[in-house]
Amino acid sequence: MSQNPTDLIVCVKQVPDTQEIRIDPDTGTLVREGVPSILNPFDEYALNLAISVRDRFLQGSNVVALSMGPAQAGEALRKCLAIGADSAVLLSDRAFAGADTYATSYTLARAVGRLSPFSLIFCGYEALDGNTAQVGPELAEILGIPAVCYAERIENLAEGKVTCRRENEDGQEVIRCPVPALITCMTPPDFEPRLPGVREIMAARRKSLDTWSLESLGGSKEEYGLRGSLTRVTKTYTPDIKRKGIRLEGEAGVRELVSALKGVL
Amino acid sequence: MKEIWIFAELAGDGIRPVSLQLLAKGRELASEIGAMTAAAVIGGDEKTHSILSEHGAERICAIKGRRDYRLDTHARALAECIKRHSPHIVLFGATHIGRELAPSVASVLHLGLTADCTGLSMRGDSLIQTRPAFGGNIMADITCRTFPQMATVRPNVFSARRFDGRAEIVHVDLDPEESIFEIVEEIKAQREGRSIEDSRIVISGGRGLKSREDFEMLEELASLVCGAVGCSRPIVERGWMPKSAQVGQSGKTISPDLYIAVGVSGSVQHQAGIKSAKKIVAINNDPSAPILDIADYALVGDLYELVPALIEELKRER
Ligand SMILES: Cc1cc2nc3c(=O)[nH]c(=O)nc-3n(C[C@H](O)[C@H](O)[C@H](O)COP(=O)(O)OP(=O)(O)OC[C@H]3O[C@@H](n4cnc5c(N)ncnc54)[C@H](O)[C@@H]3O)c2cc1C
Ligand SMILES: Nc1ncnc2c1ncn2[C@@H]1O[C@H](COP(=O)(O)O)[C@@H](O)[C@H]1O
Repeated sequence: MSQNPTDLIVCVKQVPDTQEIRIDPDTGTLVREGVPSILNPFDEYALNLAISVRDRFLQGSNVVALSMGPAQAGEALRKCLAIGADSAVLLSDRAFAGADTYATSYTLARAVGRLSPFSLIFCGYEALDGNTAQVGPELAEILGIPAVCYAERIENLAEGKVTCRRENEDGQEVIRCPVPALITCMTPPDFEPRLPGVREIMAARRKSLDTWSLESLGGSKEEYGLRGSLTRVTKTYTPDIKRKGIRLEGEAGVRELVSALKGVL
Repeated sequence: MKEIWIFAELAGDGIRPVSLQLLAKGRELASEIGAMTAAAVIGGDEKTHSILSEHGAERICAIKGRRDYRLDTHARALAECIKRHSPHIVLFGATHIGRELAPSVASVLHLGLTADCTGLSMRGDSLIQTRPAFGGNIMADITCRTFPQMATVRPNVFSARRFDGRAEIVHVDLDPEESIFEIVEEIKAQREGRSIEDSRIVISGGRGLKSREDFEMLEELASLVCGAVGCSRPIVERGWMPKSAQVGQSGKTISPDLYIAVGVSGSVQHQAGIKSAKKIVAINNDPSAPILDIADYALVGDLYELVPALIEELKRER
């Protein structure tokens, strides 16, 4: 399988660390300042899977990290290069801003069309900020390739078919389909992200990180970003589920609780 | 007449509860805009049709096809059916299947799609789709610019209801297709005890519990009140509880009559799973833990004293 190896593409997103987000109690808006940006954890796992597929089944192929975002998202791609991606492409243009999942998938699909032939595309299962899990399956459909979602492991890649172990509603299943295919990755609980060392970070500086704009992808502005989106956010607000609760303490509290809950217990 | 479609997901020889919950919500939305509620089902039989009918489907689009779910064949069949009938709205449960099937269908038909909604309402003809964003830190209202308007909806945010009347069945014949997916092996998660989605009372443990053995206290409490034991995510990560017991944004959304959180801090991600719990009790020794702010009854103190005391008190009551 290693003559004419095809590439492995990993779609990664830089996201705000949602655990660090705070809401301004006065204005009810997100406080973005000082919130660190991170490589979406599911994408980091997806990258690790892609690298292991390269090393186990497709020696000689390239792992290409692909991201759409502002210039700052280049940091996430640098991290991917340090972890072990061979090259990276940042899709960055004002016209790409405000994209919903469809416009995002469309932009990624245009970029994939410009890369070398690929055998697998890896996505995270979902992005921490949007939590939609839609970009993967939408991208696969635009490219006309099968999608396997919620994959935890790649069991095999042979004879033009990929075999994955994935989560489903009732447990897990092992599923096989022809390549090229797209896989969305679900991090298993025992995964430990590996921090790249100084040497790897230095080596990453010599790897290629290209930036492509609207001009590189072609097409008109209408197809991208907010204008190319098929949904609209009409309003955002902070969830309010505070309840006027009763505070109880100690053994007396326990007795009070049990009697208050008589109807339910 | 406008139609609101619910994709009916088959499970074993029944239907996933979320599909029935969506039928009830569909009826509510339909009555506001003078529409009718229909279930779209692939490879169903008479039994599934009658369940759908009893839960509010006024029409059933019975699509001929394999009962077994495959992403490619299901997506093509549904897309074709939607093209032929042009419903006004199509809703899917945000299950493993719904969350991969809906985007595939949306992408084929070039339609907007909102993921993982926790609220739905009508404004004129527009479906207002409410969902948490930024890890549950904010809520967003989203509309689709295309028709049919499509969304996936979290299980257990709406309740199923029973309806009178018989659904009209519309048979849809499509050319049968072969799937390119092959299921090599199925590994069913063994269910220990009761599932947290189906229990009226759920007791969850978090990082406040020091060891796996300490969950036995919660098991005892659960067995006293016929409840189920759930947990926060770090507990699943430690391998102390199965993933199927995880409550929250990346776990299960549940709507029990009573939720008891023991040693759980109540992160936004955890809260996302219990918004529609009817009553919340929290046991926590940190008076500033966020879970205490959303609890109806906040027991402040050491869980290692309070849980045994609660068990004793309940035993005395019996
Ligand atoms: C994208 C994303 C998705 C996530 N999804 C989920 C999800 O679905 N579900 C989920 O739960 N989490 C989820 N998390 C993790 C979440 O952010 C929190 O880290 C997690 O919920 C914390 O779990 P905990 O409450 O058990 O632990 P902690 O936050 O450590 O809380 C432990 C609590 O126990 C109390 N305690 C300690 N000792 C005692 C004692 N002796 N007696 C009484 N109380 C005691 C402490 O005061 C504390 O409040 C997610 C995170 C991310 C980023
Ligand atoms: N802007 C983006 N650039 C590259 N990949 C993305 C982008 N947005 C989403 N993805 C990929 O799609 C997955 C699912 O994202 P989402 O549908 O937003 O939850 C992510 O884990 C990424 O792999």
